[in-house]
Amino acid sequence: MSLRFPAALVLSLVILFLIGPFLIIVAASFSAGDTLAFPPQGFSLKWIAKVFTVESFRQSFVTSMILAIGGTLVALALGVPAAYAMSRYRLPFAETVRTIVSAPVIVPGIIVGLALLRYVVVPMGMPITLALFLAHTALVLPYAVRVVSASLANLRSDIEEAAILLGSSRLGAFFDIVLPNIRGGILAAFILGFVTSFNQVPVSLFLSGPGVRTLPVDMLGYMEIVFDPSVAALSSLLAFLSMGIVLAAERFLGFSRYV
Amino acid sequence: MSDQSYLALDGLTLGYGDTVAVEKLDLTIGKGELVALLGPSGCGKTTTMRAIAGLLAPSAGTIRLDGADITRVAANRRQVGLVFQSYALFPHLTVFDNVGFGLRLKGLKGAALRDKVEAGLTSVGLAAYAGRKPPELSGGQQQRVALARSMVMEPKVLLLDEPLSNLDARLRLDMRTELQRVQAQTGVTMIFVTHDQAEALSLADRIVVMRGGRIEQIGTPEEIYNRPVSRFVADFVGFENIFSIRDGRLWLGDAAVPLSASLPAAAGLAFRPRTVALGAGPLSGVVRGVSFAGSTREYVLDTSFGTIRADADASLPVHPPGTTVAFDLPIGQAACLKAD
Repeated sequence: MSLRFPAALVLSLVILFLIGPFLIIVAASFSAGDTLAFPPQGFSLKWIAKVFTVESFRQSFVTSMILAIGGTLVALALGVPAAYAMSRYRLPFAETVRTIVSAPVIVPGIIVGLALLRYVVVPMGMPITLALFLAHTALVLPYAVRVVSASLANLRSDIEEAAILLGSSRLGAFFDIVLPNIRGGILAAFILGFVTSFNQVPVSLFLSGPGVRTLPVDMLGYMEIVFDPSVAALSSLLAFLSMGIVLAAERFLGFSRYV
Repeated sequence: MSDQSYLALDGLTLGYGDTVAVEKLDLTIGKGELVALLGPSGCGKTTTMRAIAGLLAPSAGTIRLDGADITRVAANRRQVGLVFQSYALFPHLTVFDNVGFGLRLKGLKGAALRDKVEAGLTSVGLAAYAGRKPPELSGGQQQRVALARSMVMEPKVLLLDEPLSNLDARLRLDMRTELQRVQAQTGVTMIFVTHDQAEALSLADRIVVMRGGRIEQIGTPEEIYNRPVSRFVADFVGFENIFSIRDGRLWLGDAAVPLSASLPAAAGLAFRPRTVALGAGPLSGVVRGVSFAGSTREYVLDTSFGTIRADADASLPVHPPGTTVAFDLPIGQAACLKAD
């Protein structure tokens, strides 16, 4: 398909606008200079190497991974049954529940973070780690419910009845028949949830305490003190990690069918 | 328990919320019978079938099967098989695992499982397809898998939801033969739901015509086809000219038919188009339309009392539209309706 000149120009500008900043960051990570600058001064891998030596990055990376994986798993454990119940039964408050479950996507993160800090963490004396975990779970829950709901909507409900008439229990039919057929949707929800949680800043900002920080918050803090290209190097590494996950998912699952 | 009342529905009332789908239904079905529940959509036939399967709890009444009250028995313990209209095969499992699903839950494994599944697949002619997944099969093949999947469980009753409606004309004939063969070989009691009178007439030993959640008529295919008891059943099995009898006269709607003949003691009379005697008689009508239908020509006549449909042998000379034709309604060949 050939595009006429003005359309091609607009398209190129949009693409440049979208991936330009990313290219600058990637280029800056290979700089040989001591400050974050573009165009990069020389070429070296020293900032990439430095990322792995910063102790706080290592700690906050582990924290972020635990939050992203753990939070998403808990969100799925809650979200899959919720999506199933809403798709198979006529529940009295299904719409209300759906709206409440979606709220964390609509309400700005900064408000969610402030509200949790002011009205949950401080008055209840909740440990900051637990608060952070609960917040990430809540943030991921909407994706879990939405994506799994879409998957369930494509699955005929009479196959469960068929399983029951062949001697299966309701729960057995769910595990033997429903779950294997929505596996793709669940994996898609997991990846989406993982990426959302891992890249989350505003909520985590409010719920960081001594020694407890997620990686993006830690990077923000690091940049306030040190302005070297190691943050750019770390950003590039994270971006390639995310891309790798999404591409693998697309390759093996046809991820884009579910999102 | 007698074989005549192997399955007995007694005062069965079914509904969703406030709407009553089936009201006080009484029906007994003998062991090894092949019964059709026939009616238009919304008549309660599918609801009745789901209640027999245990997928829907009745609000009143009882269901007895093989001498036991199964009204409160869970669907997975009823030993009732159901072949869904959509077939409802498990898309992620192979044909073998679909057919073996229920047997595995019964605890069968290894060679015992394989033998039963293979026997089931062989009986429907699909032994070579054991390793395929359902989406790779045609509709007709999927239905055979669904049939085998239910039959390997040796159900006491096999229910079939619109078993022929999703198949094209040739496969329909194959499946009809298949179902009759399965029934003859295993002696299983079969109940199938359909809205298609031809399907019910050709396949069933006995037909239950349903309307608005009640039974309208129960009878053999011959009885239903030749002696419908009500206007509804007559209309459903192709009696296109239906008259009521009031004050010793014949009425089509609100118009009296100028026919001086002695009428039987019935609520109404129904004539098939081919029993209307075209060409001579005390009545007359103007041909509005005529269409060729192979062995016959189908006429639509405008008369002083309304529209009459009549079929005439195609070898007879055609009456073109606009011409006036004399005809007769031979009372002796009409079906007598007990209810209007």
